[in-house]
Amino acid sequence: MRRKKAERLCRSAGAVYCGLVYAFLFLPIVVVVVNSFNATKSKPYLSWKGFSFAWYGKLLQNTALLDSFKNTLILAAVSTILSTIIGTIAAVGMFKYRFRGKSVIDALLYIPVVIPEIVLGIALLTLFATVNIPRGMLSLVFAHVTFCIPFVIFNVRARLDGYDKSLEEASMDLGVGRLKTFFHITLPVLAPGIGGGALLAFTLSIDDVIVSYFTNGQTKTFPLKVMESIKSGVAPDVNALSTLILIVTVLFVVLTQSGLIRRLRHRKI
Amino acid sequence: MSKHKFRSSTLPVLITVGPVSLWLAFFVVIPLLYVFIMSFCSIDENYNVVFQFTLDNYRNLMDVNYLQIYAQSILIAFFATVICLVLGYPFAFLISRTFRSRKTFLYMLVIIPFWTNSLIRIYGWRTFLGASGWLNQTLMALHLTDSPMDFLFNRFATILGMAYVLFPFMVLPLYTAIEKLDPSQLEVSADLGARGGATFWNVVLPQTVSGVFSGCIMVFIPSLGYFYVADILGGGNSDVIGNLIERQFQSGNNWPFGAALSIILIAVTLLLVKLYQKCGGDMQSLGV
Repeated sequence: MRRKKAERLCRSAGAVYCGLVYAFLFLPIVVVVVNSFNATKSKPYLSWKGFSFAWYGKLLQNTALLDSFKNTLILAAVSTILSTIIGTIAAVGMFKYRFRGKSVIDALLYIPVVIPEIVLGIALLTLFATVNIPRGMLSLVFAHVTFCIPFVIFNVRARLDGYDKSLEEASMDLGVGRLKTFFHITLPVLAPGIGGGALLAFTLSIDDVIVSYFTNGQTKTFPLKVMESIKSGVAPDVNALSTLILIVTVLFVVLTQSGLIRRLRHRKI
Repeated sequence: MSKHKFRSSTLPVLITVGPVSLWLAFFVVIPLLYVFIMSFCSIDENYNVVFQFTLDNYRNLMDVNYLQIYAQSILIAFFATVICLVLGYPFAFLISRTFRSRKTFLYMLVIIPFWTNSLIRIYGWRTFLGASGWLNQTLMALHLTDSPMDFLFNRFATILGMAYVLFPFMVLPLYTAIEKLDPSQLEVSADLGARGGATFWNVVLPQTVSGVFSGCIMVFIPSLGYFYVADILGGGNSDVIGNLIERQFQSGNNWPFGAALSIILIAVTLLLVKLYQKCGGDMQSLGV
């Protein structure tokens, strides 16, 4: 009896602890969301002056901010597609074939993961400056694909670990071409790994501050625009956009995690 | 026969591994080599890089002012790592021990803050801790203090910010390591009369130490470079090595010196990773 009581106490203490950690994680986000509804009109936009949607209206007029967000989306989409294609075929090739220099590639893949982002940022900056690659969307794509590729490869590779090669061999034995085998046998098996890698790449690209900071030229991404406005005191329309982004991503997660999409698809069939 | 063909052909290797090799060569190897070379270069009076061999950049690293910043940066990274570990270990343990359905949800709750840009979250902290922020307003409303307290623009704020931004990087490897733990082992240990503490030190910790190591690496190394956290929360009073590098490549414009600083950062990183591997750490668990 006493033991049960102690156990229950332990459990609620654990729950309280976890609650506090989550509070720590979400506290600044709550600040951002609340401030986005703040009716204040004077700098530094901090004291609470009542509830309003005014900043969401302001956001629609702030074309520079919206443009930067558009840049971020384009950059993330292009980088995700490129790094997913390059990473996926690389992971498959490294899994299937033995060749010289494989361990070198393996080691090189960890460099963008482990070295501080600032080092990758300045290294790319010096390269772009020297070989005269104009800094802008193109250089940003190069930079983002570079730090996304390893994560795609790791994700796909994790999926390959449990992969049965005989499936592919059977397909080829039956006279199906290599390319067709890849698209009909290999790809479907790897799909979850590829999806996970692509999602991670997208997240990394959208969130990147440091590498973009050094490689952007005049093309401002959303984080860079935020950095700019922090220096002049963030206007709550930045908070408003952040809040909207948060809502969209949370909705996305809830929909995918709860299997709602799957259920909807089933109903259609 | 087809099996033989499968393995020996070079064309598929070129097609599959060629692009990634080129990419890594061009955007990782060459730039880093170039930084290495640049760290031995000089600059002319217009701050242009001149290819003239010098060790001055490395000599300048020993400047007392810089030495102070390295020490401060390492201190900040160290405390951020300790905070993440102490806060994160019990947390990862608790969430990995809940029911399956709830576990995914709790895990997602750690990831979701990631999707609000880290700059914005750091700015959220600045708003919260500022002179007219919620914390000071609360303290003043409770009459715990008469005038706003300075929570910002010091080392404490920077450590908090680093720990905050990098916390998930500690929790995720810990979570993975703890999840692999066999719950029956804990029961056996308890049944054999071991107290909670003994079970932890002898059963739980040895099996999750890889997670601890990779978590520490994933927090410590980045916090040497996250200059914007030190900028926004430290306000120039608690610069890290990243701030020094950033300044060389922006306003200071002494690229070769910035390159030398970066080489030091790379050296520290390699050293830590080697140490990590020596302790039996698996590189794969560093990839999040």
